[in-house]
Amino acid sequence: MKYSDIVHRCFRCGYCKFTSDYTDFNCPSYRKFRFETYSPGGRMWLIRGWLNGDIKNSERFQEILFSCATCANCVEHCVFTFSDDLVNIFIAAREELIADGIVPPAVRDYLRNIHVNGNPYKEPAAGRGRWAEGSPVEAYTDQDYLFYVGCVGSYDERARKIALSVGTLLVKAGLSVGILGEKEGCDGNEVRALGESGLFELLARQNIELFRDHDVKKVITLDPHAFNAFKNDYPGLGGKFEVFHYTQVLAPLMEAGRIPLKACALKATYHDPCYLGRHNGEYRAPRSMLRAVPGLELVEMERSGENAFCCGGGGGNFFTDILGGGEESPARLRAREALDTGAEVIAVACPQCAKMLEDAVKSEELEDRIKVMDITEIVTGCLI
Amino acid sequence: MMTGIAQELARIVGDAYFSNQPEEAYFYARDPGLMPPHAPEYVVVPGCVEEIQEIARLANREKIPVVPMGAGLALTGLVIPLRGGIVIDMKRMNRILSVNEGGRHAVVEGGASQGLLRAYLDRRHPRLRHSIPDSPPTATIAANVMIHGQGRLTQQYGFNSDMISGLEVVVASGEICKIGSCALSPDWFSKGAPLPDLTGLFLGWFGATGIITKIGVKLYPKKKMRDVEIFITDREDLVAEMIYELTHTEMVEDINVFAQPKPMIFKDNHHITLFFTGDTDEEIEFKRKMIWHSLDRFIKSKDGGFMGVPPVMKPTLLDMPQRSVSRFADVKKGGGFEYSGPIIMVDKYPDCTRKILELAEKYGLGYSGMARIIGRSHAMMYGFAFTFNRADPDMMERTRKALHEVSAFALEAGGVFWKATVDEQKMAMARMYPATLDLMKMIKKNLDPNGIMNPGNWEVAEL
Repeated sequence: MKYSDIVHRCFRCGYCKFTSDYTDFNCPSYRKFRFETYSPGGRMWLIRGWLNGDIKNSERFQEILFSCATCANCVEHCVFTFSDDLVNIFIAAREELIADGIVPPAVRDYLRNIHVNGNPYKEPAAGRGRWAEGSPVEAYTDQDYLFYVGCVGSYDERARKIALSVGTLLVKAGLSVGILGEKEGCDGNEVRALGESGLFELLARQNIELFRDHDVKKVITLDPHAFNAFKNDYPGLGGKFEVFHYTQVLAPLMEAGRIPLKACALKATYHDPCYLGRHNGEYRAPRSMLRAVPGLELVEMERSGENAFCCGGGGGNFFTDILGGGEESPARLRAREALDTGAEVIAVACPQCAKMLEDAVKSEELEDRIKVMDITEIVTGCLI
Repeated sequence: MMTGIAQELARIVGDAYFSNQPEEAYFYARDPGLMPPHAPEYVVVPGCVEEIQEIARLANREKIPVVPMGAGLALTGLVIPLRGGIVIDMKRMNRILSVNEGGRHAVVEGGASQGLLRAYLDRRHPRLRHSIPDSPPTATIAANVMIHGQGRLTQQYGFNSDMISGLEVVVASGEICKIGSCALSPDWFSKGAPLPDLTGLFLGWFGATGIITKIGVKLYPKKKMRDVEIFITDREDLVAEMIYELTHTEMVEDINVFAQPKPMIFKDNHHITLFFTGDTDEEIEFKRKMIWHSLDRFIKSKDGGFMGVPPVMKPTLLDMPQRSVSRFADVKKGGGFEYSGPIIMVDKYPDCTRKILELAEKYGLGYSGMARIIGRSHAMMYGFAFTFNRADPDMMERTRKALHEVSAFALEAGGVFWKATVDEQKMAMARMYPATLDLMKMIKKNLDPNGIMNPGNWEVAEL
């Protein structure tokens, strides 16, 4: 296994479980399950035990490995020099399980659906661009930017509204953007996180070729997960294009006052998506957009920025739901934390976070007290 | 298919917080130190004291061992279930129940961590602090007190166990004992006085007499500023005198002395690290001067001097807890360190220093010697710390041997084992004044007649 020369170096001190100021346990799977085995240190020790033959690949072992949300809180807070590799180590262990073909059914089904259908929803490719019908967002020809939407934004009912909101605002902001629609392929970020490196490479190479065929130079992503794959994994496979998360192109325009807005009295708190924040260090642009809305009061949750608590949807859990369910699910904990700020809105910049948190707000029966909105939905509501 | 006991435990804590799976058995069989593993049959993560009471009643009835566990960071195997049974992971019970600002104390649950209390106080009571140990922040307050841990206020106020203001304990029968003022008052201001102090029935027993479910923690003034000075000397024989002068000033918050071979510039020197606090620049500078002047004669005799602590070094030193302590585990890129930390008189500092050098050389180990002063030079914890590679069985064995020699040395030097391993416990009991041992036997027999509480530890009845 890759990184097998590192796994014995975990002291299981537990810094990885916390925020930097120790406010709370911040590892979503540990916070839900509460056994040490579900913490980063627990995984390190179990992987070592598994490699040594002391424990076997079991349903429990699979649950422990695949409940990691790859949120990188451990990477952020581990005190050792190998901290950068922590999530990679867990993914490498998943790769071994995938290679053995013994993984949780939900993981197997997700990967199979991507392989067979090109998306996890088992929907036809023809439906990918349907969200844009009737909108000002056009097909990509030779525009400045390709707006890459991804599987969730293309097929999930809630996320399609967010795709429409982001796409429409990009056009209204005067940006030259187009979409690939039915030609668009899965970005593969979750495929890689779930340990199917071969399938990921195939998807990545297909996308790179597609972008090359269309002479794509710049990509704006809806989803931080796709942003992460394009930015960090595609270059190594020959992907040569600039990539931006939508907040990164809209924030400067809003700062410059190029999107005219009316006053909107609103108290909002911002939930950092892990693949925009901790994985890629982008904490400023989404907040800048929110602060540019006249009358909007931005309040921070107890855990924010590099200490933000994951919604529990990362690392494929959005699809496999290993971390979901129950009052202690990360999304429900996060919804309660957001409520504590007194905000009326949880502002998000990720369709997966939006769905996770919206479901959590419903489960907590908080719909009349707080709602989940993508940042562009807030901005759009304040357009003059 | 679950057995009756498994079903009962799952009913008590809920299915989600019960495990008899190999993965938990593997993990909870071990701590980060060098003790051999021993697996529990069951691991539970209870959420309230009532659940712990039920677990105790079940275990007592069925005569199943029960091992309470905080973060499992003692390194000396104290939470390894030596006779199997049930490990109770306490960390789900981590609420800060109350903070009395005026009365300067907090009441927390038995699984509340040091980090959590620090963060809570920082946010909500910024003028209060507690004695934070240098174990990682996940270390629980109750477990630290149970082993008589030390922290940042130990030079001023003694062991962390001296800084508690009450206990709630579940004993083997499942009954709750309230210890201190909380036994008859709603307020948790005293652990004993003016009543008979019963905390000794539980503290230092490593869970062999009861499980702490609530704890009163004394809080202390948190000054606005905190700074650090380091006095360096190559005269190990003068360190005790220097400490005596420093403690006489009553200006220092915490005194640690460290000596280690790396980086090279540290070699052969003893770094007396002095932490002090103040609310104003004037107070800080006054204390700094007092500290400086207390060691004038050693500076004049060229036996040492204050190093200018570079600003870049200060955050590492002022960190609470110090992350650098944990980083020591990976010095050899092997993820392990263990230390024996006897409590011993400060004048034994030179003997300890010579011993650690001798052992490091004899066994070819990386080391760090660190003393934390307890009280006004009343004693010190001298940590004989060796780092090892977890993937190198030979190095692990050499580390075990070195630590075994430390144990023998410490006892001969008049020291008392801190968070003693099972072997050290036996050594201590063999040397103990007979009537003291009898008293321990009486306590153990009455509080845990079936011997279910963390068996293997403090097994006085078997002597």
